[in-house]
Amino acid sequence: MSKTSRTGITAPTNAKKNSIIEIRAIAQHDMETGFRYTEDGKRIPRDIIRFFTCRYNGEEIFKADFYSGIGANPLIIFTTVAVASGTIECQWTGDNAYEAINQVKITVS
Amino acid sequence: MTLFKVKATSANLSRRMYLSTLGVLGLSSWITPLSAAAKKPEAMEAITKIVGSNTVKDGRVKLVIPPLVESGNLVVLKVAIESPMTASDYVKAVHIISEENPSPNIFIAYFTPRSGRAELTTRVRLADSQRVWAIAQMNDGSYWRGYADTSVTLSACTEMI
Repeated sequence: MSKTSRTGITAPTNAKKNSIIEIRAIAQHDMETGFRYTEDGKRIPRDIIRFFTCRYNGEEIFKADFYSGIGANPLIIFTTVAVASGTIECQWTGDNAYEAINQVKITVS
Repeated sequence: MTLFKVKATSANLSRRMYLSTLGVLGLSSWITPLSAAAKKPEAMEAITKIVGSNTVKDGRVKLVIPPLVESGNLVVLKVAIESPMTASDYVKAVHIISEENPSPNIFIAYFTPRSGRAELTTRVRLADSQRVWAIAQMNDGSYWRGYADTSVTLSACTEMI
């Protein structure tokens, strides 16, 4: 897996103040488990995304640790309270120095 | 006449052999699920590691996975925990533990009061038909659990490439 890859965040661009919004974050990644073998019996080393963090205007609002049990191209859907206009930033870090950052703008009225 | 008798006994013998083979086969199919369940203590150990000496109460945690899954490679898993999610009463974390996967941990999600709802959807891998546990840790230090059973027709993790 390369050091970074395509990621995507889906969140509403406009939201009412104090309403609960849904954020969907996906990263393109094979999530190689480390439990598979090639035909000649060699174990394929683990290569997964380990940590996911979401920050709303710099403040951490959601965090997750991934293990081999997460499927390829990890999609994670969670919620947050729309408190103010600003940016929602998601960060993925993993094995073999994998790192990806993506952000979306939100307007709260 | 004697010839007929001999024939009859040999027929009986092969019938006996056939039946005993069947018996062994039946027994072996009964033994295999037992050895396959050997992974379960590992899951229980993982849960004990999370909760420590605290007691885990049943309830408040709702885990949803389809009861019948065709491919274990991508299974939609949804977890929701009953909580007001205020600054004084919220869910700190939820741990998803599998009984049959090569590694019991699937993921840990950390919520904050700003999450609004303690809800999460993701896609996981399941190695076999099994029970999946969700252990929720509240900010007051209490632990709650829920589980879901599923049947997997095609397993993840084991295939060669």
